[in-house]
Amino acid sequence: MLKTALAALWNGDRQADRVVPPSGFTAQLTLFAAATMAFLAVFALALSLASGRLATIWGQELARTATIRVVAPLDQRAAQTEAALRILETTKGVASARALTDAEQQALLAPWFGPELAIDALPVPRLIEIIEDNGGMDPEGLRLRLAAEVPGAVLDNHNRWRAPLVKAASRLKLLGWISTILITATMAAMVTLAAHAALSANAQVIAVLRLVGATDSYIAQAFIRRFTLRALTGSAGGMVVGMLAILLLPSTDDAGGFLTGLGFQGWHWLVPLLIPFLAGGVAFAATGAAARRTLKELA
Amino acid sequence: MIEFENVAYSYGGGELLSDISVKLAPGSFHFLTGPSGSGKTTLMKLCYGALLPTAGHVTLFGSDVRSLDRDDIAMVRRRVGVVHQDCQFLNHLPVAENIGLPLTVSGRHAETGGDDLLELLSWVGLSNRADALPPELSGGERQRAALARAVIMSPDVVLADEPTGNVDWEMSQRLLKLLVELNRMGKTVLIATHDLGLIRATKAQVQARVLRIANRRIQLAGADL
Repeated sequence: MLKTALAALWNGDRQADRVVPPSGFTAQLTLFAAATMAFLAVFALALSLASGRLATIWGQELARTATIRVVAPLDQRAAQTEAALRILETTKGVASARALTDAEQQALLAPWFGPELAIDALPVPRLIEIIEDNGGMDPEGLRLRLAAEVPGAVLDNHNRWRAPLVKAASRLKLLGWISTILITATMAAMVTLAAHAALSANAQVIAVLRLVGATDSYIAQAFIRRFTLRALTGSAGGMVVGMLAILLLPSTDDAGGFLTGLGFQGWHWLVPLLIPFLAGGVAFAATGAAARRTLKELA
Repeated sequence: MIEFENVAYSYGGGELLSDISVKLAPGSFHFLTGPSGSGKTTLMKLCYGALLPTAGHVTLFGSDVRSLDRDDIAMVRRRVGVVHQDCQFLNHLPVAENIGLPLTVSGRHAETGGDDLLELLSWVGLSNRADALPPELSGGERQRAALARAVIMSPDVVLADEPTGNVDWEMSQRLLKLLVELNRMGKTVLIATHDLGLIRATKAQVQARVLRIANRRIQLAGADL
């Protein structure tokens, strides 16, 4: 039955369309509401996908890095750094480890102390960057070995600040999806209301059609097609405007993108293209249900 | 074609019709008469499945009406042409399209372009009103358009409820002549009317039986009418 209904929708029946009188104003309202919902859906999707992306980045990339700070007097610093690196070479789960150079550490500190800082004259801790392999390392075991051999080394595996961020991003992603579902449900409610109004307004037309031998599905089809096309075109318009708005968001550099990267990346740009079809499907189902309910009560 | 067997109908309160047994044989011509409010329209509606009997059995084209689903009822209505007392049309479509509507809704829209529709229009004398909208028609024109719509599918049965209710004598004669012609073509005709003059005038042209509703029951009226 669904297949024939879809076929009828696709092929259209100009005559079936004509038997229901055109309705100017309410048609505009349905279009407008569908467009608005699609526009909001684009942002809800952007929010979900962007926060999902952040959660993944924070979860995966930061999980595989760790840092060792070597805090020691200037004359012992190089020796302790060497010792720590030797330990790391024999630690299971460490893919690579290297000490940052003076220039790199200066670049890291430049935002706070300015570029003029003579870093080699100060007892700044030496940083060692560790990249783990896929198996991951045992941070507790590494800490124990470091404590025994390199007293000035402190391991920081980023867990402390990463976990709440990942949690927050996941929660944002969930909120985005809930919004998308609510928007879809609102759209269904709105189309149902509009379809009910149209069916009541055309009660006489329906009575005439029943009298001359029209089947329920023929009558329903005229309404279903109308509302499905309205939802489809309205939401396509809203979706395009929403995507343009996202495109025109001020672009942010890498540092800022960390917080303001609302938008789509890569194949995610294709996801909003589904919105009009989802809206059309929702309208198709909602109008069909409304029409079947109304027609059943008529002679 | 249409058979009533001990049919009763009540609108909640008392019974409007009770113990009705009638058989409309193919090719027969019946009048249905009785005072206003006696149940003529209700009996008509029972004939095309718009109402279900509260007791007894109505058989339409060999099937009990209670066993028919909504699509079956739609199919029955393609074989029964109905002219209502107050004929309703699709007011946004011209007369010609309204008359062709039964073809359109049964997936035979292509046939509305043929000569049949034009012939039918001239038969009911509406050729020059084909492009008018229904609200622009006079009472008589509406009745004739409704009759044309009722017969375009070449139905087996034509039911007309007070078809001459709001037209003058001359027009009612024309409408009746059309119905008599249909009967001669083999259609079963049932006309509800309280106009006894009309019945007398028809009896001269065709062998018509008169069913009278009195005291909620059907009586076969005698020849003295």
